[in-house]
Parts: sequence; C-alpha cells; structure tokens
Amino acid sequence: MPKSGSTPKVTRRTALAGLSASAALLAMPRLGRAADETIRIGFPTPLTGPFAAEARDQVKCAELAVKLVNDKGGIGGRKVELLVRDDKLNAGEAATRTLELIEKDKVHAVVGALSSAVQLAVNEVTRARGVIYVSISQSDTINEAKDFSKYTFHEALNPHMTTAAVARQTLKKGMKVAHLVADYAYGHEMLRGFKRAQAAIGADNVGEILHPFGAADYSTFMPRLMSMRPDVLCISNFGRDQANAIKQAVDFGVKQQMKIVVPVILHNQRLAVGPDVFEGVVGGANYYWGLEAQSKSAASFNAAFKAANGGAIPTDYGAYGYSGVGSLLAAMQVADGTDTDKVVDALEKLQYDLTKSPQHYRKCDHQSVQSVLVLESKKKSAMAGDNDLFAILANDTGSDDMLRSCSELGHAT
Amino acid sequence: MDLSLIIMQLLSGIALGAVLVITALGLTIVFGMLGVVNFAHGALFMIGAYAGLYLASLTGSFWWGLLLAPILIGAFGMLIEFVLIRRLYGRSIDDPLLLTFGLSYVLVEGVRIVFGSDGIPFPTPPQLIGVLDLGIGFFPRYRLFVIVLVAVVLLALWLTLEKTRVGLIVRAGARDPTIMQVLGVDIGRVWLAIFGLGVGLAALGGVLAGPMRSVNPEMGSLVLAEAFVVTVIGGLGSIVGAVVAGLMVGISISLVALFAPEMATIVMFALMAVVLLIRPQGLFGVRGRTA
Repeated sequence: MPKSGSTPKVTRRTALAGLSASAALLAMPRLGRAADETIRIGFPTPLTGPFAAEARDQVKCAELAVKLVNDKGGIGGRKVELLVRDDKLNAGEAATRTLELIEKDKVHAVVGALSSAVQLAVNEVTRARGVIYVSISQSDTINEAKDFSKYTFHEALNPHMTTAAVARQTLKKGMKVAHLVADYAYGHEMLRGFKRAQAAIGADNVGEILHPFGAADYSTFMPRLMSMRPDVLCISNFGRDQANAIKQAVDFGVKQQMKIVVPVILHNQRLAVGPDVFEGVVGGANYYWGLEAQSKSAASFNAAFKAANGGAIPTDYGAYGYSGVGSLLAAMQVADGTDTDKVVDALEKLQYDLTKSPQHYRKCDHQSVQSVLVLESKKKSAMAGDNDLFAILANDTGSDDMLRSCSELGHAT
Repeated sequence: MDLSLIIMQLLSGIALGAVLVITALGLTIVFGMLGVVNFAHGALFMIGAYAGLYLASLTGSFWWGLLLAPILIGAFGMLIEFVLIRRLYGRSIDDPLLLTFGLSYVLVEGVRIVFGSDGIPFPTPPQLIGVLDLGIGFFPRYRLFVIVLVAVVLLALWLTLEKTRVGLIVRAGARDPTIMQVLGVDIGRVWLAIFGLGVGLAALGGVLAGPMRSVNPEMGSLVLAEAFVVTVIGGLGSIVGAVVAGLMVGISISLVALFAPEMATIVMFALMAVVLLIRPQGLFGVRGRTA
C-alpha cells in the first residue's frame, strides 16, 4: 500500500469533503430530534448468496413483527422502523453495515445475521458500542463467556440443543455414524454437538468429511462416505449447500444404504429440490407451520403472516425474525422506551410466546430457552397439500436442562 | 484404501470434469477466435439451466429441454454478438470484458425478477434416475450419461472443425481475419456463428448441470471461475487444452477430496498456479498469443 495518505495536504477534494462533513454536522441536531420519535431496529441479513431464501423470510417476518406493533400505536406512541441491510454473508461486510447502522442511522438495537460466523462479527461491533443485539441464527459460541456481553441475546436454537434432540430421535446404541460437514463455524459446531450426543447415546463415529463452504458439487465425497458403511449419515451444512449435498447423496444411492439426518431441516431447501429427494430425511427445527394443530401461538402467527404476505406460510428461519424482533419490542414496551439498560433488564425478565410455546432468555448467557422440533420429510404420496412437507416426530418442551450449564460456558454462577 | 474406491473416485472426477470441459470449451473458443473474454459465460450457463428446465416442463420431456435450450440460448448469444459485442471489435480487450461483465449482472438480476432468487428443482430424467452397479460400486446413471454425451459433443465438434469446409474457414479466420476478408469470406458471419456456438455450449453445460445441482440465479458465478481456471491451465484459446485441463481439474478435485476433502476447492487454483509457473502460456497455449 502506498503511504501517500500519511502526509496531510489540503486539496480541493479534501476541502470539499470537509465542508460537506461540517454541513452534515450542522444538520445533526435535527436528526437527533427525529431519533426520539421513531425506534429504529437495524437488521443485517444475507439477502444475496446461498442463504438468500432464508434471509428473505427473516425480513418478511421481522417486518410483520414491526407492523403488528405499529398497528397498535407503536411503543409509547413512537413508531418502529426496521432498517434492513444486506451483509452478503460476509463477516467484514456485516461488521461494516452494523457499524453504519449504529453510527450513521443511530439504531436503538440490532437483530439479525444468518450465519454462525457472521453473527459473531456483528456481536463484536454491538458489544463494543453497548448496543443490544438479538442474534437469530444458530451458534454455540455466542453463548460462551468469551463472546458474551450483557447486550448479547440469542433467540435462535443453538447447535448443542438441536443436535441433542435430533440424535435422540435418530441414533441408537451401537449405530455407526458418518458426517459430512461444512468447513466453517456452523458445521464445526454441529459436528461437535452430534459427537457429544453420539457419545452419550453410545453410537460409533466411523468418519467425518469436511467440505468447502458453498460447494456446488458433492459427488467426490460420496464414494468415500459409502465405503465407511454407516447406518446414519449426518449432513451438517446450511442453505443451498444442504439442498445440493442431499440431492447428490440421493443420486449416489446413499438412501438405500443409510438414513440421512441433518441438524436443521430447511423448509426452503426442501422446496428447492422436491419431495422425492428429501423423503425420509430427518432434521431439527425451531418452527414448522404445521404446529398450528397443537399451538395457538403458531396458529395466530401463521394467520398474521398469511394476511400480510398474500397467503404464503412462514418458514423456520423466518420465525426467528418474528420472535427475535417481537421479543425485543415486547421488552421495549415493558421498559417504555429504548433505554438500553432498562430494555436489557426487561429482556432478561421477559416471558414470551410468539410462535410456538413459552420462551425466555436464560439469565447467564441470554440463550432463549425454547422447544425443539424434530421433523421428517414426507413422501410425496403422504402430502395433504403443497405445504404439507414434514411430519413432526418430536416437540421437546424447552427447559434449562437442554442447554450446557452456565459454569460450563464460563459464566459466573 | 482399496483400488475400487480410487476407481470410483476417478469416475466422479471425470463426470465432474465433463461439465467443466463443456463450459470451458465455449469460453476458450470465443476467446481464441474472437479475442473476447466473455465474463457473461457463467450467467449464460445459468440461463441455459433455466431455459432447459422451462422447456422441459413445457414439453414434458427433459430431452427436448436438452436439445432446444442450447439452440435457443445460442441464438440469444448471436443476438448479443450482433447488437453489442460486434461494436467493440478492434478495440482493447478490456472493452468487451467490461461489457460482458455488466451483461452478467443484468442477466442474473433478470432471472431473479422473473423466476425469483430461490432455487428451483430440476428433476433428473426418469430414464436416468438411480444408480448403476459397476461391480466395484454404485454410480449415478445420470452422471454416466453426462460423460458419454460430452464425449459425443466433443467428437462432433472436433470433426466439424478439422474435417469440414466450415471448420477450415473458422480456423483460418481465427488465424488471419484480414486475409479471409480479402479472399471474399464474410468474416462477420463467422464471428456471429462462433459466439453463438460458445454461448450454446455454456447453455448445454447449464442444462447438464441442472439435474445434479439445484437451479438458482447464482449457479453460474462459481462455474465461471472454474471455467477460467480450466482455460488458463489448458492455454487460452486451445480446444485440446480445455478438454485436457477440464478432465485434469475434475480428477484432481476428486482425488484430493479422497485424502484432504477440505482442500478440494483450492486444488484447482494450486494446479493453475503451478502450470502458470512452469508454462505461462498454459499446457497447450501458444506463447505470446494475444489473439
């Protein structure tokens, strides 16, 4: 890098930049007053890239949560505004957008990010600036003391609780298990979760293959996976990677030899590859619209989403957008405004039931204690309609026992 | 590690390489004969997959999609050449590069608007669903079909270029367009056909890849990078180079996946770096050629 920038010289360009900056500064007081009127929630999410389908559902659901509050007159008379930014599934981009949201747009809190790696980058920024961040994608690391701050809340399930629930439904003592894992934070955390659950159940690990994140072709991993002769193949990746990996595994005849299990089974990816490919695949989920048969909150969430989105149904990761923003706004109602300490306090005490069943943020790590679903993809002939994708194998009621203990995570107890 | 596993791995590498060959071939032909670095090649690969899917669902048969999509998108490619690229011949190599780069964004966004940004399932043709027992292991029928089809296309292309009058004109035109014009050949028509052929091959690659991956607007961007790596290894503009390098990359990815799976993507770039160090013009490239 040339060091030309190190000697300050006033050129016409810098003078102009300085002038416009001071003009902006003069306009600030006005903006400052406007800040008291609306409540702004920053929402970084990967609108482009392999997780785009899930990200867009998150935005729709977050917008719905905001709309429902505004329809009832907002919070203490103040309207709520959602500022959506594309983080391009890139930690650096997400950090920059989050910084902008805080410094320039003066957001009162941040909700979002859809990758275990990217959310840690967002959390770095919000933590350093004392801004509340509600993370809505899976991570174990964010619960741990070294990444935690009093401003950090984790609304999504975490890999530990998800893999434990899925393993309970799919693994038995003595079974052989092989893993195909995306080589980044999410994959590593899911693998760690599965191995811990496997050890507890007494299943044997016969091998693990790490694949590059965002790969389009998985054929080269299949012969080796099949030569391991496992009873269960756990595929721990996300978004389009999940669709491609399962499709190609099925092409290679994997399903004839073993059961395919995923930590998180994705509504959108099941739609993207069709019922035949996903038939019999089992995976965990935070939400499935079919819960409406057993949960009033699910029924009313579905109805509100349908009304706002032309009859479409909400999806798993979408529901996080709704409950993440919804719980934050509920806490702001209690705190009667945006005072950070009051809202943090309200979030810690909040009992909420927005999409499925009662939830609360655990005091020590701010992890949302909630139910975990285990779903199985239905075969085409068993589907009652286009949206009837999954059968609910288990709906484990949320409890602190599902989580790693506060002391294991390094929190003072 | 037993031999049958290595053979299976080689076979998946060849199937992977087959799609790379078809895609890189279009890129290298257009560069070799027109001197145009087509950055929209990946987007046209993606458009090909969508066109194949659309035509297959319209006619109810994958085979019509496979046949018609490359022709249709090839014709679309000729339109692009006629309306846009043609104006830039004789200018620096950057101009068509920038134009096609911009075009790729237009095409991807266009598909996002029309078909949405979610993936769409591309069903494997019913005749080719399932696996074939090779004695040493199972291999998807569809991937075997892809290997055979690509071999047939390559043979047809080679025969056309080497054994027919049209091929002679094309090869001569690539070498010295001015002399060809003096000899009374309408070189503009040749260029039009070449660009159409290149784009048609991209579209064919897209249709072939469709049933192996889900179809989505971004599927071309990774393919473009892979195709560039293959053309650089094989030598820019070299048809034989594209074929050899495509198979080489496919097999390398596959064999590396066996021993160090997380390195599978990086290996092709490492291969490219090594080739560039030893033979900067690529395996079959001509030194100092700038088209």
